[in-house]
Amino acid sequence: MSGASDSQVSHSQIPRGLSRRPVEITTALLLIALGLLVLYDSYGRGAGWDNGPQNGFFPARVGWIFLAASLFILVQSFRTENRVFVTYEQLGQVARVFAPLVLFVALVQPLGLYVAAGIFIIVFMSIVATSRWWAIGLTAVLVPLACFWVFELQFRVPLPKGPLEALLGY
Amino acid sequence: MDDFSSLMTGFQVALSWHNVGFMVIGVVLGIIVGVLPGLGGPNGVAILLPLTFGMDPTSAIILLSSIYWGALFGGAITSILFNIPGEAWSVATTFDGYPMAVQGKAAEALTAAFTASFIGALSGVILITFVAPLVASFALRFGPAEFFAVFLLTFCSFIGMGRENRAKILASLCIGFLLAAVGLDSISGDLRMTFGSTELMRGFDFLVVVIGLFGVSEILLTVEEGLVFKGKQAKIDLKVVLRTWAGLPRYWATLLRSAIVGMWMGVTPGGAIAASFMGYGLAKRFSRQPDSFGKGNIEGVLAPETAAHAAGTSALLPMLALGIPGSATAAVLLGGLLVWGLQPGPLLFVEQKQFVWGLIASMYLGNLAGLVIVLATVPLFAAIMRIPFSYVAPVILIVCAIGAYTISNSIFDIWLMLGFGLVGYVFKKLDYPLAPLVLALVLGDRAEDSFRQALLGSGGSLKVFAANGLVTTLVGLALLLLLWGPVMDGVGALRRRGQPVAAKAAE
Repeated sequence: MSGASDSQVSHSQIPRGLSRRPVEITTALLLIALGLLVLYDSYGRGAGWDNGPQNGFFPARVGWIFLAASLFILVQSFRTENRVFVTYEQLGQVARVFAPLVLFVALVQPLGLYVAAGIFIIVFMSIVATSRWWAIGLTAVLVPLACFWVFELQFRVPLPKGPLEALLGY
Repeated sequence: MDDFSSLMTGFQVALSWHNVGFMVIGVVLGIIVGVLPGLGGPNGVAILLPLTFGMDPTSAIILLSSIYWGALFGGAITSILFNIPGEAWSVATTFDGYPMAVQGKAAEALTAAFTASFIGALSGVILITFVAPLVASFALRFGPAEFFAVFLLTFCSFIGMGRENRAKILASLCIGFLLAAVGLDSISGDLRMTFGSTELMRGFDFLVVVIGLFGVSEILLTVEEGLVFKGKQAKIDLKVVLRTWAGLPRYWATLLRSAIVGMWMGVTPGGAIAASFMGYGLAKRFSRQPDSFGKGNIEGVLAPETAAHAAGTSALLPMLALGIPGSATAAVLLGGLLVWGLQPGPLLFVEQKQFVWGLIASMYLGNLAGLVIVLATVPLFAAIMRIPFSYVAPVILIVCAIGAYTISNSIFDIWLMLGFGLVGYVFKKLDYPLAPLVLALVLGDRAEDSFRQALLGSGGSLKVFAANGLVTTLVGLALLLLLWGPVMDGVGALRRRGQPVAAKAAE
């Protein structure tokens, strides 16, 4: 990743996207906020000496080091090269995986893991749209069934189950 | 030779039918895990760890460490055939491995890589066999202050020897410590940093964090690059294997050099990546035709693979002898020991002889089994990479979710995994290293305990960390390692002052 050739490429094509500096700065600010939160909590419970170190003693000291490191990162981040960090196209790709994943996790509670997994596969594969509908359907049925066989029947690890499994007597 | 007879007993344990079965299953699973994107060594072990809770600890660790060996072998397949390094330490393997595959010499490259891995791992195991008991018996004298000094040494060497931005390594370590502190405090019994949430009372389980940081984030990164992999074909037959093996003795100097570098760097935490690059660099420097490197020189495959695997295996030495893991996967295995009710550290060699020597014996056998299996089944595993990613990705993510859930039967943990997946994605893009975070999370509680006990003993005076020769040496060494990197950077900067632009570009 040599800087010279990269910047030439980006001049000729100019891919649109998030640049690196704002992302670096935001992350550093979040880390600083986290550090302050830790210090607030630790000193709130006592980070001093009371016949021995109090329970906030260690986290508070780590918190100070953390705060110093994050401040240093913040200062550094203003000097980072401001190249394109992620193109919007790439972000779109990531969202196409992440959105169905969030849906999947949200459905685990009401529907059980197996049904949610089936729905996740259908949604994900339809969005990516590289497979035929019967291949999608087959995968959506077979993968949860295989998981059920491995985890529920072989390893006897109970996974979250919903109304469908109750209907089938599990 | 007391240790020798212990090792023989270990072989008896490891050679029982069901343990050999677990070894084979582990290696095969490990290769799959190493080949698939989003399922590296640490993540694969983390997902399977909950399934072993009910197993006998010796069988469980044989299964899980075999996954580790398999993942190490699997990483070489993707590096050579697909030019995708499965793990960071396989990066140097792609320099010459992929050009060899392009020239139609994929089978030679793979054979060389696997054999080199085996030689590297074997030298690491031999090191463990002879040195680990000595270190452990030496460490029996350690008190809390000494233990904290060793922890300090670990973390300082991460910062000093790391290749990433040092402030980011430090921040990553601190996050690990702070996450470890969340929840019930084991000494005072108080709740810390839960902010009234009942879900946070249990604290952050490192397995959930590992699955999110290494698994989910890896999938997100892979997707960013597009959804198709283009790879080279490879079929290994016995003739190629034998021919490649016949050529290996010529490279004994390279192999020996890499093995030594690997063993040395492996004991230092985070050393495997540096070791693979060092092995590659040394081989190139000592070669008669340094120009042929990067264009498909077989030495360019042998050197980094030997070094990386010697380092990856030696990383288990401090884990076994001191209870301090040298790599992210070793950290996960260490977490496993705690779960199975074994206290990692020097006492393990005294109290759990059968377990320790069974594990060490299984390292010899597991690597041998790995070599045979991987040579026989490369085409099969290369075929896995040709399954369209739209099938593979959801299955991996579902398995990750199941892994996160089964740790403590909590749906909240799946959400946490998702959150850490996003964090891992951003951190990887911004070059925050993740291994220090995991290490600090696993060791956080124990480092804190030894720190507090040491201070309790001394009445709060920091002088306890300079009280005797041993602890002073350890702390001094830690500070030396911490400052080593910055000092070397300074020296390098002075030397390069003439061409600052070129130096920047090289980094």
